Amino acid sequence: MLATSYRGPFRVRVEQKPYPEILHPQDAIVRVTRSCICGSDLHLYTGLVPDTRVGTTFGHEFIGVVEELGPEVHNLKVGDQVIVPFNIACGKCAFCKQELYGNCHESNPQATAVGGIYGYSHTAGGYHGGQAEYVRVPYADVGPMVIPEGLDPDDAVLLTDVVPTGYQAAEMAGIQPGDTVVIFGAGPVGIMAAKFSWFFGAGRVIVIDHLEYRLDFVRKYAPCEAYNFKSLEDPVVFIKKTTDWMGADVCIDAVGADASGSTMQSITGKKLLLQAGAATALHWAINSVKKGGILSIVGVYGPTGNLVPVGNILNKGITVRANQASVKRLLPKLIKHIQEGRVSPKDIITHRLPLEEAAEGYRMFAAKLDNCIKPVLIPPAAKV
Amino acid sequence: MENKPIDYKNITGWGVDADPKNDPTYPMKYRTDEEQKGYTWDRPAQQPVNIEVLHSIERPNVSAVFGTAPPPQGLSGQIRRFAFRYSESSFAHWLPLILADRVNVVEGLVDDFKRGHVPNLAAELGWKAEWKHNRKNFLKKMIGRGFMIYALYKVLSHNSKKA
Repeated sequence: MLATSYRGPFRVRVEQKPYPEILHPQDAIVRVTRSCICGSDLHLYTGLVPDTRVGTTFGHEFIGVVEELGPEVHNLKVGDQVIVPFNIACGKCAFCKQELYGNCHESNPQATAVGGIYGYSHTAGGYHGGQAEYVRVPYADVGPMVIPEGLDPDDAVLLTDVVPTGYQAAEMAGIQPGDTVVIFGAGPVGIMAAKFSWFFGAGRVIVIDHLEYRLDFVRKYAPCEAYNFKSLEDPVVFIKKTTDWMGADVCIDAVGADASGSTMQSITGKKLLLQAGAATALHWAINSVKKGGILSIVGVYGPTGNLVPVGNILNKGITVRANQASVKRLLPKLIKHIQEGRVSPKDIITHRLPLEEAAEGYRMFAAKLDNCIKPVLIPPAAKV
Repeated sequence: MENKPIDYKNITGWGVDADPKNDPTYPMKYRTDEEQKGYTWDRPAQQPVNIEVLHSIERPNVSAVFGTAPPPQGLSGQIRRFAFRYSESSFAHWLPLILADRVNVVEGLVDDFKRGHVPNLAAELGWKAEWKHNRKNFLKKMIGRGFMIYALYKVLSHNSKKA
């Protein structure tokens, strides 16, 4: 079968690999029909995530058709079209029982902080991902959900990560009616976080980024105010001024390790790897939120450490909430929002490419070419 | 595009999930105290461990399921084994892993050549996308890099002649 294969920083190719096998009684094999490139895939692509081994298939955002089932899978049948959350979760451990599906203790031997994630390095369990024709799906009774009739596959594939991550960013922010919400990052997750901030009753939503085409998009899609930090002398001072010198009630970091905007952060975080990526957005978020405010982090960072003003978290009494999205927990609510016409995730898809052109997709997304917001890969075996 | 005034009350879905009880909110500890009982839950069946799986020393075992993407091998594998002697809390764990990743890239190239496969670096780097959507800047960047390589070559060859 065809699958992506990581070859080193900024290098990916598509090659023939063996068809995946059932290795556990609760496994399923899924034929992939759609697979996205995620902003967090770029952290792998650029070599920022430790223990990313050459030959790994990337891809944690995918949907597909069940082709094979292990003997202990009872909730699915061959031929079912399924949404596969990016978290691999057993459903039995103490953390899954608290709906911390991104923190399962039975899916990742290599690291205890995070549960297993498809195609996201050995630090997230060493699984091959879904940027392939077929993929092994562990705990198939727990994570995957049959796609409801009438749900567009393009909406369904975005429910595997970006939509729930954006929603959870707003949810973790504890937004109350009238709150001012500032979101750093106008990538797919930031766009969704802006949209969903209104659902929680925000009074004002502001997005900060440096790519005009993304700012234009989120202004219309969310809708919201959007500002280019390159045209602001200092984004933190701008937020203070525009909130009557108080700071935002809530700040959301929807960027993570690949942030732009600070030469020092970029050199130490992305070039010298002295910290786990560039924490520019997180730094700004900490300093832009008001005293006693809430900081919600969904941007992904590596496991080592980052230079951020921890002292300000203390001195300002900020509440920090963060986690990988608990996709399974959120799917029923988010599907309802789509079905009732409140949100149309597929509108953020800008590029559809055959799987064979994955390397170009990565380059386009990483270099922000052709106004790329969200690329989707279609494998030849998709047959839809 | 200018920012325009937004009347949020007209936004589709405004306030639909507003809930005064959503603070504190997820992720928060459900007072099930399941984990207080320790590592005692009814574990899923163990996936047969028939490849080398490095596991964090912050846990006693290999998780019930695990991925089978490339196991440790070669020099990078040796470095990874060394790294896994240290906890996730130690730079002695993560820094060798980053080094191993870079060594693994060279091993990948060597493996390609051993199999008689000459990697198409331009294709792997996705340069076609640059050529299609960013040709002018891409050419400038390539010419700049070419010039730097040529200058470096000239400096090195000049130094070696002097020696």
